[in-house]
Amino acid sequence: MPGVIEASDLTKIFGGITAVDHISFDVHEGEIFGFLGPNGAGKTTTTRMLTGIIPMDGGSVTIFGHNMGRDPVLAKQRFGIVPETSNAYVDLTAWQNLMLMAELYGLDRDRAAQRSLDLLETLGLSERRDQKVQGYSKGMKQRLILAMALLHEPELLFLDEPTSGLDVQSTRMILSMLRALNTDGTTIFLTTHNMEEANRLCDRVGIIREGRIVAIDAPEKLKAAIDRLHQIEVSFDGEIPAEELVSLDGITGAERRGDKWQITADNPDQAIRSLVSFSGRHGAAILFLHTLAPSLDDVFLRLTGEERP
Amino acid sequence: MNPAAVRTQVRRAWAIAKKDIRIYYFKGPVLIFGIFMPVFLFLAFSMGGRQLPLEFLLPGLMGMTLFFTSTAVSPAIFPWEGQAKTLERLAACPITIEAIVLGDMAASALFGIGVTAVTLLIALGLGLPLLHGIVLGSAVFLAAFCFSALGIILAAPPTNVPSNIMMLSSLLKFPLVFISGIFIPLEQLPAWGMALAVCSPLTYLTDLVRYAFTGAHYFPVPIDIAALIAFTLLFTAGAMRLHRRSLPRRV
Ligand SMILES: Nc1ncnc2c1ncn2[C@@H]1O[C@H](COP(=O)(O)OP(=O)(O)OP(=O)(O)O)[C@@H](O)[C@H]1O
Ligand SMILES: [Mg+2]
Repeated sequence: MPGVIEASDLTKIFGGITAVDHISFDVHEGEIFGFLGPNGAGKTTTTRMLTGIIPMDGGSVTIFGHNMGRDPVLAKQRFGIVPETSNAYVDLTAWQNLMLMAELYGLDRDRAAQRSLDLLETLGLSERRDQKVQGYSKGMKQRLILAMALLHEPELLFLDEPTSGLDVQSTRMILSMLRALNTDGTTIFLTTHNMEEANRLCDRVGIIREGRIVAIDAPEKLKAAIDRLHQIEVSFDGEIPAEELVSLDGITGAERRGDKWQITADNPDQAIRSLVSFSGRHGAAILFLHTLAPSLDDVFLRLTGEERP
Repeated sequence: MNPAAVRTQVRRAWAIAKKDIRIYYFKGPVLIFGIFMPVFLFLAFSMGGRQLPLEFLLPGLMGMTLFFTSTAVSPAIFPWEGQAKTLERLAACPITIEAIVLGDMAASALFGIGVTAVTLLIALGLGLPLLHGIVLGSAVFLAAFCFSALGIILAAPPTNVPSNIMMLSSLLKFPLVFISGIFIPLEQLPAWGMALAVCSPLTYLTDLVRYAFTGAHYFPVPIDIAALIAFTLLFTAGAMRLHRRSLPRRV
């Protein structure tokens, strides 16, 4: 299956500084791809090259098979974008902004009007549609920009930190909309700082650091990869022999902490099975069992080198 | 529908023009530089310049009005949009930079044509006979696009401070008025003045407007028209080229 986005050797140099350094990746149809990285890592620069806003200094991008360098208009026709900095026309009303987008994407008038009504309704902006965007709050502006990006029903959506600085309600509204869109088949490329958001939303994440991709995988796999040794906390309702516990399959160490055992496992799945049969053999019921998997935060900090162990 | 086809792009350029008309016609600097300046100069010269006959002065002032109004909006659009971050939005839309420039030109030209039409009514009201309406119409139409393209070229330096661009364009616009046969007839210009005058598209417009009202002209009419067409093509191509390069540095 060809990638919806295919980036190869993408490079951008700003006055001697390589902001994006020969990165390559594919985004597949129907997935939510998270693009993570610390400030200044090159996320926005990459997104701008992928969307044809700035030219690349090397490499190539194709969107649905259209080469961004050769056929930018055909490529741009196929996606919607929510850029990093808010940018609806503040001197126009929400409705006028949407109609401008409709004309720029070549929608016919009836369809544009119907889509606009629906989107304004879904995003809670119907009442303010004839007010100039000047008077909008940040969250309202961001929701309008999302509506502008979605007007032509793109099969691919780019979002550069769509929820940064928004309150819980606006954030929820946007995220639940993204989930619904994805369910209906829209491929999503999402730049974010919010690990929780990426973890819950994304099928795969790419982590960029100083212009280079340091990892691309599903969040769960990344988490599993950084810490081969998982921690398991367990407690039993009776005394158990400690030396036998340590020698169980999948377990490399055990330490008593109050009424719990802190177990280090090189194979958490095997370790849990062993613990269950162990508790049966000794007639000591398991009261509590908890696995402490690394969070995406841990992955991020490890891979972007901000953690100094 | 092929989004990249010329027809589609022209239609999208018109969407840009409509947006410009809505937003930029009513901004302060546009109104001041576009309308009040020529009106002010108009009054100043018609009071001070009694030695010049009305049928000489009015066509020149009409040409000047078109020049100032057509270049009032166009230099400011790109810096304004760069500053407001709306340019980034346009850059991600399926529209070419050439079409964006064309749309900005159209908006700017229409502003010029509209205000100039008002001065035409004034001229007619003052009893000036219009001898060659078609020549006047085509001259004004061509020159409006020519001047607005020139204005867009002035916006090519990738600064997003509109007042810098306004300053730059005033530096160019005012001297041009004095070498284009508006206040001084071309016949009376010294050789060096003549050399400058032929380089100014405003010269040919003024000559044509004067011909339309009085029948007198300095260059043959086809030469005037050809010169305006040549300047329009040159400026349009230049504007599109320069902005293709400077747009990425603005966003
Ligand atoms: N127009 C520009 N001119 C010069 N340098 C730039 C420009 N845009 C970005 N950079 C530089 O490129 C690098 C990457 O910036 P970019 O905005 O892509 O980072 P980011 O990952 O989006 O960061 P953030 O999380 O803060 O949004 C930074 O060092 C930045 O200073
Ligand atoms: Mg960024």
